[in-house]
Amino acid sequence: MTKDKAHISVQDLNVHIGGNHILKDLNIDIPNKSVTSIIGPSGCGKTTLLKTFNRLHDTAADVKVTGKVLVDGEDIYDPNTEITHIRKKMGLLSQRPYPLPMSIYDNVAYGPRIHGTRKKQDLDIIVEKQLKATALWNEVKDRLHSSATRLSIGQQQRLCLARGLAVGPEIILGDESTSALDPVSTSIIEDLFVKLKQDYSIVLVTHILRQAARVSDYIIFVYDGRIVEYGKTEQVLRNPREELTKEYVKGYIV
Amino acid sequence: MIGYVILSQSGQPINYYIQLMQRIRLLKDKIISKLMLLFTILSVSLVFIIGIGLYYKSIPVLQNSTWGHLLTSSVWKPLKGLFGFYPYIMGTLWVTGIAIIIALPLCVLTSLYIVEYAHSRVRRILMPFVNLLSGIPPVIFGVWGVLFIIPLIQDHIAPHFVEFSTGYSVLAGGIVLAVMIFPLIVSILNEVLRTMPQELKDASLALGATKWETIKKVILRKALPGIIAATVLAISRAFGETIAVLMVCGNNAVVPHSVFDAGYPLPALIANNYGDMMSIPLYDSALMFAALLLFIIILLFNIISRIILSRLERKMAA
Repeated sequence: MTKDKAHISVQDLNVHIGGNHILKDLNIDIPNKSVTSIIGPSGCGKTTLLKTFNRLHDTAADVKVTGKVLVDGEDIYDPNTEITHIRKKMGLLSQRPYPLPMSIYDNVAYGPRIHGTRKKQDLDIIVEKQLKATALWNEVKDRLHSSATRLSIGQQQRLCLARGLAVGPEIILGDESTSALDPVSTSIIEDLFVKLKQDYSIVLVTHILRQAARVSDYIIFVYDGRIVEYGKTEQVLRNPREELTKEYVKGYIV
Repeated sequence: MIGYVILSQSGQPINYYIQLMQRIRLLKDKIISKLMLLFTILSVSLVFIIGIGLYYKSIPVLQNSTWGHLLTSSVWKPLKGLFGFYPYIMGTLWVTGIAIIIALPLCVLTSLYIVEYAHSRVRRILMPFVNLLSGIPPVIFGVWGVLFIIPLIQDHIAPHFVEFSTGYSVLAGGIVLAVMIFPLIVSILNEVLRTMPQELKDASLALGATKWETIKKVILRKALPGIIAATVLAISRAFGETIAVLMVCGNNAVVPHSVFDAGYPLPALIANNYGDMMSIPLYDSALMFAALLLFIIILLFNIISRIILSRLERKMAA
C-alpha cells in the first residue's frame, strides 16, 4: 500500500450508546503509514470512535453502530466479517497497561500462540524481536519468565505494545496510551510511535495537544460527536479553519 | 471544668450545656468503639471456647483409648467400649469429595454463562433462582434425594457398574450435597468474575482471541484464587451438612470402597445417636469426640487452604 492511501475508511458512521447519540454521521479516511491523532474535549466521543475500528463495542450490550467502517476495503460491520481476523490486524494500546496474568514471555507469545504459532524457536524469535522493537529487551531479557505485573507501569505499557505488535498487525490504535505514564515513559512511547509509523498506520486518541503536535501527521478534531476539522497537524494546530478548533487549540474548550 | 466561665469571642459566656453535650458525644463515640471490640473478641473467642469445650467432654473416651487408635480403628462396639472413627472420617471425606467433584465444574460453567454470556435480562431472572436454591431447607433436599436420587442410582446408574446397590450411597450423599453447595459457589464466583476488569478482556480480544480463548487463558487464570476461596468455603459447609446427607447416604459404619457403597459421615453419626444411646457408658463422650474431629478437620482444612491461597497469590504476583 502506498503512503497516504486510506487504510481505514469511515462512512456515515453513527453510534448510539444506551439511547445517547454519541457519534453523528462521521466520514473520514485514515491514511496509511502515518500517525493520525483524534483530539477533542472529554466526552466528545473520541474513544468511542477508536473502539469502532476494532469492534470492541461488541462486548457491550447497549451499543448500536450503523454505517460502514472499511479496513483495507473490507466492511468490518458486515455480518459476514469474522471479527478475530479484523482485530488481529490492529494492535490496541489502552489507557492503562493491562498485562495478562502470565509471564512477560507468555504475554508477548499470547497472540502468536492463539493464531497458530506453536514452535518454541519461532516464538522465541517473535518475543525477542518485539521486545527489542519496544526498547524493553535489555530491561527484561534476564527475567522473561517472571510475572508481567512486576514491571513498572511504563514497562508494562511497552510490554502491551510488544504484545500487540507480536500478532503482526497493520494498524496500531492508542487510547490515551500515555495518560497513566511518567514523562520518561511517555517520551519513550511517543518516540516508538514515530518510529513505528514506517511500518504501521497509527491512530491515537489524545487530550494532550502537545503530544498530538509531537507525534502526529494528521489531526482529527472531534466535538460533540461530530468531526469539526481534519487535516495536517501543522494546519489544524497553527492555522485552524474552524472557529471551534481555534478555541479548543487556544484552550477555551476543555 | 465547672467553676470558671469561658467567654466566647463576643464576650458572651459559653453555654455549659453545649459543652456537656460535646463531652457526651465524644464519650459515646469511645464507648461504641470499645463495645464493638468487645463483641468482636467474644465472637472470635467462641471458636476457642467451643474447641476447648469439645475437648474437655472428649476426655473420658480419650482416657479409655488413644488418639491413634480412635482415628485408625474401624471397630465400632460401644457396648465393649470400642470406638473406631476411621469409617466415619472416610465417610465424611467421600461424601464431601464427591460433592465438590460434581459441583465445581457445574458452578464454574454456570457462573461463566451468567456473567459472560447471558443477556442482562436473563441474568436478572436467573440469579434469584440460584439464590432461592440456597434458601431451601436441607430436609427438603433430603426428601428430594430419597425420592429421586436414590431410585435413579439404584435403577439406572448403579446397574451399569456394580451388581447390586440399594441406592443409599456416598454418591447419593455427594449429589444432594453438590446441589446444596451449588448456589453458594455460584454466587461467590459471580462476584469474582464480575470484578474482572473489562479492559483485561478487551486486551485479549483485541489480539484476535475468541471469547472462549479469553475466558480459558485469561479470566479463569486471573480468577483462580477466587475459585479456590469459593471451593474452600463450600467444602467447609459440606463437611458439616447433616440432615440431607444422613437421609440418603445409608449410614453404614464401614469404609466405602466405591461411590455406590453406603457411608456414615461424622455429622450423621452425631445427629442419629445423640440423646438415644446415652445409657451406654462413654457413648456421649465418643459423640463429643466425633464433634471434636469434625471441628479439627474443618479447622485444619481452612488453615491449609489459606496457606495454599496466599502462596498462590504470591506466585501470581512474582
